[in-house]
Amino acid sequence: MKALSLIVVLFTGSLLLSVVSLFPVWGNPHSPANANPISQFYINETEELTGVPNLVTAVLADFRGFDTLFETVVIFSAGLAVFSILGRPKRKRGDEKPEEDDPSENLIVIQTCRLVIPIMQLFALYVIAHGHHSPGGGFQGGVILGSSFILWAIARNLPTALQRLSSRKTMILACAGVLIYAGIGVICQALGENFLDYHILHYLLPATDAIMARSHAMLGVEIGVAFTVSSIMFGLYAYLSSQGREEGGL
Amino acid sequence: MDPLGDLILARFNYWIYVVLMMIGLYAMITKNNLIKKLIGMSIFQTAIILFFVSTGVKEGATIPIIDHGEDHGSELVEAPAAAEHVPEGRGFDHEEALESDAFANPLPHVLMLTAIVVGVATLGVGLSVVQKVFIRFQTLEEDQILENIRTSDG
Repeated sequence: MKALSLIVVLFTGSLLLSVVSLFPVWGNPHSPANANPISQFYINETEELTGVPNLVTAVLADFRGFDTLFETVVIFSAGLAVFSILGRPKRKRGDEKPEEDDPSENLIVIQTCRLVIPIMQLFALYVIAHGHHSPGGGFQGGVILGSSFILWAIARNLPTALQRLSSRKTMILACAGVLIYAGIGVICQALGENFLDYHILHYLLPATDAIMARSHAMLGVEIGVAFTVSSIMFGLYAYLSSQGREEGGL
Repeated sequence: MDPLGDLILARFNYWIYVVLMMIGLYAMITKNNLIKKLIGMSIFQTAIILFFVSTGVKEGATIPIIDHGEDHGSELVEAPAAAEHVPEGRGFDHEEALESDAFANPLPHVLMLTAIVVGVATLGVGLSVVQKVFIRFQTLEEDQILENIRTSDG
């Protein structure tokens, strides 16, 4: 069995390696992928069309906005799938008190987390809000924000972290994120443009022109993505680390 | 450049991705433990991500963020001059340098940003299914699970 699969794997690998000489060399600026007119268009026209210097964010949230919307829905439905596979915990309302005097808890770890977590969350908000001027964006900032809650759950225990962000709130935030993203698209439609065609939003946003409206709408979209990503990241951890029971430490 | 260096050194990114992909595929096929299968799937996805990102690399280019100067986007500043030196002897075709050569290709980055997200989603769902299997059968070994199903059926 192992020998057979090794043969299959080696055959697949050699098949792929046999065509390596046809691929462009590393770093060639005129390779088919890099000389593609679409890539050229993104690099040359993005700043003029949207006012956003971070090309990756601009392509992600504006030119390929439809793709990213459903990417957010993928995350959302992954969270839904995990929640429904591992099941809702059967727990009474009364006993949601966290075990305060857990002997395994370490004072130094907890105090360090108290110091680090606010800085992490502040940095996450910076990455989200400044994502179209510097490296960053909704996915990256959302993951940092979610991991700050995960850090608290690791340092203390899961019920303590769930007191801050319960699984009910997690789902509400995840829904809100998708709703913000899709809502911006629907507003564009209501104003008479295509779905997610942001430039029409300058009728609603004060003191903006059609170009800056796209930039501001991208910020809104990134915030929606960050809501969904951060809450689903924490929800995945909460359910997977406790087999859906929402209890216990690490 | 000699043919061996041309095939391996100048195209090392393809070798890395193929090797990583073979490791992932082998783990997915042969490993008996379900968690190890999921690790193989993650390695496989990482290989594909590395392949796509490596196609967007341009020699002498910077990150795809346009420098817009001190006044924060109110007035567009000219993009830095395109990479004038296309390095010699690397097998590049010496066409005229394009203006866009100063920035790395943003499109593979965008596509792989979303691919990473899909990777996290599939891994999370996979882990939750594996946990459910563990709760039901108290084991993660595939042959023991199959045996367990057969004996409970018969």
